[in-house]
Amino acid sequence: MRRLSHAYLALVLAFLYLPILVMVVMAFNRSALYELPFTFDLVWFKALAGNERLLAASWNSIWIAACNAVIATFLGTLAAMAFARYAFRGKQLMQILLFPPITIPWLIIGTSMLIFFFWTGIGRGLHAILLGHVALSLPYVIVVVGARLQSFGPALEEAAATLGATPVQTFMRVTLPMIAPGVVAAGLFAFAVSFDQFVISYFLAPPGTSTLPVEIYTAIRKGFTPEINAVSSIIIVISMGLMLAVARNYRFGGE
Amino acid sequence: MALPPRQRVEVFALTAPAYLWLAATVFLPLVAMVYFSFLTAVPVGGRTASFTLAHYISFFTKPIYWFNAWRSIELGIYVTAISLLVGYPAALALSRHVKGRWREAIFLLIILPFWSNALVRTFSWTMVLRQPLNLLFTYPAIVIGLVHAYLPYAILTSYISLQAIDESLIEASRSLGATTLQTFFRIILPLSMPGVLAAIFLIFVPVIGSFMEPRILGGKDAIMLGPIIEGQFTAAFNWPLGAALSFMMLAIVLLMLALAAPLLRRQLGSS
Repeated sequence: MRRLSHAYLALVLAFLYLPILVMVVMAFNRSALYELPFTFDLVWFKALAGNERLLAASWNSIWIAACNAVIATFLGTLAAMAFARYAFRGKQLMQILLFPPITIPWLIIGTSMLIFFFWTGIGRGLHAILLGHVALSLPYVIVVVGARLQSFGPALEEAAATLGATPVQTFMRVTLPMIAPGVVAAGLFAFAVSFDQFVISYFLAPPGTSTLPVEIYTAIRKGFTPEINAVSSIIIVISMGLMLAVARNYRFGGE
Repeated sequence: MALPPRQRVEVFALTAPAYLWLAATVFLPLVAMVYFSFLTAVPVGGRTASFTLAHYISFFTKPIYWFNAWRSIELGIYVTAISLLVGYPAALALSRHVKGRWREAIFLLIILPFWSNALVRTFSWTMVLRQPLNLLFTYPAIVIGLVHAYLPYAILTSYISLQAIDESLIEASRSLGATTLQTFFRIILPLSMPGVLAAIFLIFVPVIGSFMEPRILGGKDAIMLGPIIEGQFTAAFNWPLGAALSFMMLAIVLLMLALAAPLLRRQLGSS
């Protein structure tokens, strides 16, 4: 039974990682048509370095993800403080309202953002994409930071207040150092949510400007080239690296 | 729970920024979408628009939309069922037959792809499915790609609820003479039901709303509600129709949730 279980888990992991591995290997293959036998070559990464569109899109993606991480972490931490440290009417409703942004299909959220932003004059563009990404990241930040806040009671904060610290002092000197790992994890997570987000960006990107996933999608629709493999390989490494960093700072589910 | 005024101000100051942001980017747009779905055109740039039920009438009378909506639901059923059939045994194997550091490492390896880039993962399947399998641009390709995308969810939620089962219940069942199968069907499976139901909801909903995976892997077989809605916004530019279809998709999702609610409540209440 034990042997069988281990073999089965190995199979599942192979299913999850095999296609990614093939994609990465093909990025280093010389043939433009993915032909075998495999000949190692960096030609596609070199081509990537000269692709202005992809470079501009990469820069947009990183810039938006960074702004998103800062804004969502800041606003989310404030809200998490209110949930963890105050009892007030409407708290439960406000917590339930965190579910729609992450459970309603992105297609519906994205198209309704497009309609609304267009109608109100906010329009499409990198600013609109940032607006949308923050909304998707906020619920995660509030949950991750909230869990960390819950694990420390308010006792130390009350002690600080009794000793004469102002609320801001209490937060900066007592609360923030305690919840720092949660805040860092939430920030990295928000960065990853934005960096990997495709659907919302796709609807909010105007012609000519876009983020990396949107640019890759357009390229895929035009036809596959090993250049897409190269840029995708870089993305998957960054994206998985970020999540490993989150996992180091914060333990997911399970135990 | 009336708070003193000072604290009320504090709560407001802490929560208002985040919730105003959510209102402006998620909740108001959803309301706007419903409003637009009853208009003849997009009222921008001096164009006039009038009230109409035409888009909803087309949804309910034109077989093409019914057909596509059904194709989306069918895809959701396939992907959810396969993900659970593959994922539940994996969660069981992990929770019962792997110990300590290995268990943590494998758990992390399973959820890692889930939190990584979905578009890139979908693209990676085009590498495997083209040759020699020759499955690219077929319906099975869409199913495989989506199962790959959501399998970690099935494993994650099943694993969490399996993990929470009290070991002494299983030992008691064994010492009272139950076979392994009996223990599984009478103790383990019923107690892990909340995780299974969570997986069903968490997989079914996004699959119904998927359009990128069908487009990349399905080619001409991407005949579903998701790609049709996408087309209204990016190719046909019939936004009001797109809004009506989006709203019908949301209605399907909410209906499924409403149907599942009594079941969920009973499951969560009993455990």
